[in-house]
Amino acid sequence: MAAIGGRLRRRPPRYSAAALAWKGLRGESWPRVWRDCDLKRSYDAVVIGGGVHGLATAYYLARDHGMTDVAVLDKAYLGSGGSGRNTAIVRSNYLTPEGVAFYDRSVHLYEQMAVELNINVMFSQRGHLTLAHSDASLRTMHWRAEVNKLGGVNSSVIGPDEIKKECPSLDTSDHPRYPIQGALYHPPGGVVRHDAVVWGYARAADHMGVEMHQKTEVTDIVCEGGDGPDGKGAGGRVTGVRTNRGDISTPIVINCTAGWASLISTMAGVRLPITTHPLQAAVTEPVKMFLPTVVVSGSLHVYVSQTDRGELVFGASVDPYANYSVRGSLEFTEGLAGHVLELMPGVSRMRILRQWSGLCDMTPDYSPVMGFTPVDGFLVDVGWGTYGFKAAPVSGEQMAEAAATGRTPKLIEAFALSRFDNGELVGEKGAASVGH
Amino acid sequence: MLLVPCPNCGPRNSTDLRYGGESHARPDPNTASPSEWRAYLYLRDNPAGWLRENWYCASGCRRWFSIERNTATNEFRDPPLPGDKRGGAA
Repeated sequence: MAAIGGRLRRRPPRYSAAALAWKGLRGESWPRVWRDCDLKRSYDAVVIGGGVHGLATAYYLARDHGMTDVAVLDKAYLGSGGSGRNTAIVRSNYLTPEGVAFYDRSVHLYEQMAVELNINVMFSQRGHLTLAHSDASLRTMHWRAEVNKLGGVNSSVIGPDEIKKECPSLDTSDHPRYPIQGALYHPPGGVVRHDAVVWGYARAADHMGVEMHQKTEVTDIVCEGGDGPDGKGAGGRVTGVRTNRGDISTPIVINCTAGWASLISTMAGVRLPITTHPLQAAVTEPVKMFLPTVVVSGSLHVYVSQTDRGELVFGASVDPYANYSVRGSLEFTEGLAGHVLELMPGVSRMRILRQWSGLCDMTPDYSPVMGFTPVDGFLVDVGWGTYGFKAAPVSGEQMAEAAATGRTPKLIEAFALSRFDNGELVGEKGAASVGH
Repeated sequence: MLLVPCPNCGPRNSTDLRYGGESHARPDPNTASPSEWRAYLYLRDNPAGWLRENWYCASGCRRWFSIERNTATNEFRDPPLPGDKRGGAA
């Protein structure tokens, strides 16, 4: 038994090749990774949303700040939202100095994750190509490369010949309608197995005493002293949450609910600069490895990588109108296929196996909204749009520090909700998405 | 494909229109406080349900109109009649 945070906890069973062989030979099954707990009447902090952001926040609260009396609530199951629906790309080649520093920290945390959480997250830093098809986008790539270099991020602009060397399946000739003129090459970028990240954080947080409650839907947030009805709104403070399994009293509530962020924040009387749009993705049948890097094209609204199983994973821009439904559409698949074939004519005979959709909480400046709100004790980690997965470790670390210390950490000062009052937006549209 | 009932052109594919976001009354710029103006610019209700929103019929009549749509089910209701000047101030 190990003593963590003053309480006795079972020692984490180690995952290793030896354990795998031993279990395999003896035909033993693996123990459950996290506990099912009864909902207590009070916690030191409640995290709403059992995705990778919420779990990372709970993990760092326990690891770095000794706060283990924490509950993570999710209305479905852990990782059921964007955490299991993203295209698993990790990179730090952003456009603003604030964004570059923030996402670079995230890449470093991803690099250490497999050892730290003792789970194989399959982080493959295979390189990341952002293609430019026009003088204007090439200019933005140069801009990004210079900002990246200043921030110590490995990133440079390369020409069509070097692109062909890195990624022979791309059509770098002048035949396509939008010929490839260059690319921003970012060698540390790559893909991670997103489910393993969710399970790794959940397992590690569970071992430190954090409770995960699935199928526990928050129906209201209880506040007092605010200027709105029922004591909600600016100037008030949080005293608890109501759920479908009973009421909880807590002084700290952290909203990590991505696409549903506006609905949860409204319960505390906080309006957010967020609209919810679905983002669709698709995957093909598996073939032999031929695509060595992640390829992104902002002009053609597409990004593609090949999984270790050999499937091509495609993503695109968000659906054009606000929506909470996650149904796929044919016009998405048609548009996507056309754009992919323009980049890689060789895949024309591949078949799409399935498509899916996840909810994205889009902000006006394509940067997240993190930290404190006008309601005391109600923190947000929202506005993650199409770039939430790659930022999960650093978001968890910084949100935990904010919740535990009551001060906004330097790394996320620029992402405060108050930036919309002060007119200090952090414009990341040129680097954060492909839909513009 | 989402079919948007344009008051002038009838049901049109959503790809024929441009989405204009939530429909909110614009505060008077001469009298609005900075916080009212910024709330109008940036803050959104973003409900999972009925929402009054603006659409621009880009490939059809090239007019703005406002209509209610359920963001969870994509049903439309209360379509404006031709010539209706309601909303659509985007």
